[in-house]
Amino acid sequence: MAEPASLKVSVWRGGEDGSFARFEVPARANQTVLDVVTTIQREFDPSLAYRFACRVGMCGSCAMTVNGRARWTCRTHVRKVVGEDGALELRPLANLPVIRDLVADLAPFFDKWQRARGVFQPKDAPDGAVPEDFAVVPPASGARQEADAGIECIGCAVCYASCDVVAWNPDYLGPAALNRAWTLVNDVRDGARQDRLDAVAGDAGCHSCHSTQSCTERCPKNLDPSSAIAGLKRTLFWDTLLGRR
Amino acid sequence: MSGGTAGAERRRRAAARGQTHLWAVQRVTAMLLGIAVVVHLATILFAVRGGLTAAEILGRTRGNGAWLAFYTVFALAAGLHGAIGLRNIAAETIGLRGRGADLAWLAIGLVTAGFGIRAAYGLFA
Ligand code: HEM
Ligand code: SF4
Ligand code: SF4
Ligand code: FES
Repeated sequence: MAEPASLKVSVWRGGEDGSFARFEVPARANQTVLDVVTTIQREFDPSLAYRFACRVGMCGSCAMTVNGRARWTCRTHVRKVVGEDGALELRPLANLPVIRDLVADLAPFFDKWQRARGVFQPKDAPDGAVPEDFAVVPPASGARQEADAGIECIGCAVCYASCDVVAWNPDYLGPAALNRAWTLVNDVRDGARQDRLDAVAGDAGCHSCHSTQSCTERCPKNLDPSSAIAGLKRTLFWDTLLGRR
Repeated sequence: MSGGTAGAERRRRAAARGQTHLWAVQRVTAMLLGIAVVVHLATILFAVRGGLTAAEILGRTRGNGAWLAFYTVFALAAGLHGAIGLRNIAAETIGLRGRGADLAWLAIGLVTAGFGIRAAYGLFA
């Protein structure tokens, strides 16, 4: 793709009812979208609010809507998302309240991890104490492989911002919280399985997911929340049919 | 947790259980429909060979218990499956949710099935 000489960047300013500010930023080789935002803040408008920490795709704090699509900005090269016209549109993540400019409020997102019982509950020590002995978990076991498949989530909320069901149903727990719940359902050391399955059942939980896989398609860590949710549905289906719940 | 929020949580879990049952019913009826639609189409293809007359149809359906049983299951599956599907669409598009709405959808599904079963019974009796 031909590289434009400069980028025409529209940046969301203000809260929910804000508007775009426009900046012309010199295009540089190998720059990321986060680099562009930093350039704008340092050289054009120091009042611009945005969020980042690690800059290497580990912390999950830099996600924004880039040209209409949620992405982690620290590992998104400009050349990958910009056309020959050099237009770049930056908004805060969708499906979340806007605090200011490019900063979305992630509180509802993480509240739902709590609601989905996303906290590990040691089986041998329900009071949260450290268990006496190490648990033996064979890495090749089916359950551990299911858990491993979803464990690398960085909590960036890209999936959450990309899910239509979240937009339609504000109560819906969303792909990341359900993915987290599925890793714990498959953790043989965890003692809160029934409680967690209860917490993720129904219209606010896994049963509202339409398996459209936007979450899986967009997850920057290449996780597969859609399959994790299918796993929850399958487990709840058989547990319900066989009267185990 | 205070008594009030514990009660609310119990109610939420009871509701989630009902919603899980609706989901399970929709998937099971989808499986039944998958089979029933194939049988239905095959029956149609078989029945229209060499023309279709009322007498021929009634000759096959009158007093045929297996035929009535099949179409009863088919009508129940279609009625419930369609109503639960419309419930999901109504919840997502116009925000129609809650226990009252769910009971109404269930009733709509059963009434729809009732029409189908009545039609089948008309050809059986
Ligand atoms: C071969 C037979 C059929 C199969 C295998 C089937 C399967 C399914 C499945 C798996 C869903 C869930 C989709 C989702 O959650 O995203 C669904 C939804 C739905 N179905 Fe069917 N179906 C069949 C026939 C029918 C018939 C005959 C009707 C009409 C009476 C119908 C009406 C609906 C509606 C309204 C929905 C809701 C759409 C949604 O939830 O996304 N289906 N069907
Ligand atoms: S698969 Fe489910 S959770 Fe993922 S984007 Fe689609 S509806 Fe949302
Ligand atoms: S599942 Fe993927 S997209 Fe969703 S929060 Fe975790 S890392 Fe981000
Ligand atoms: S800044 Fe940490 S993931 Fe992008």
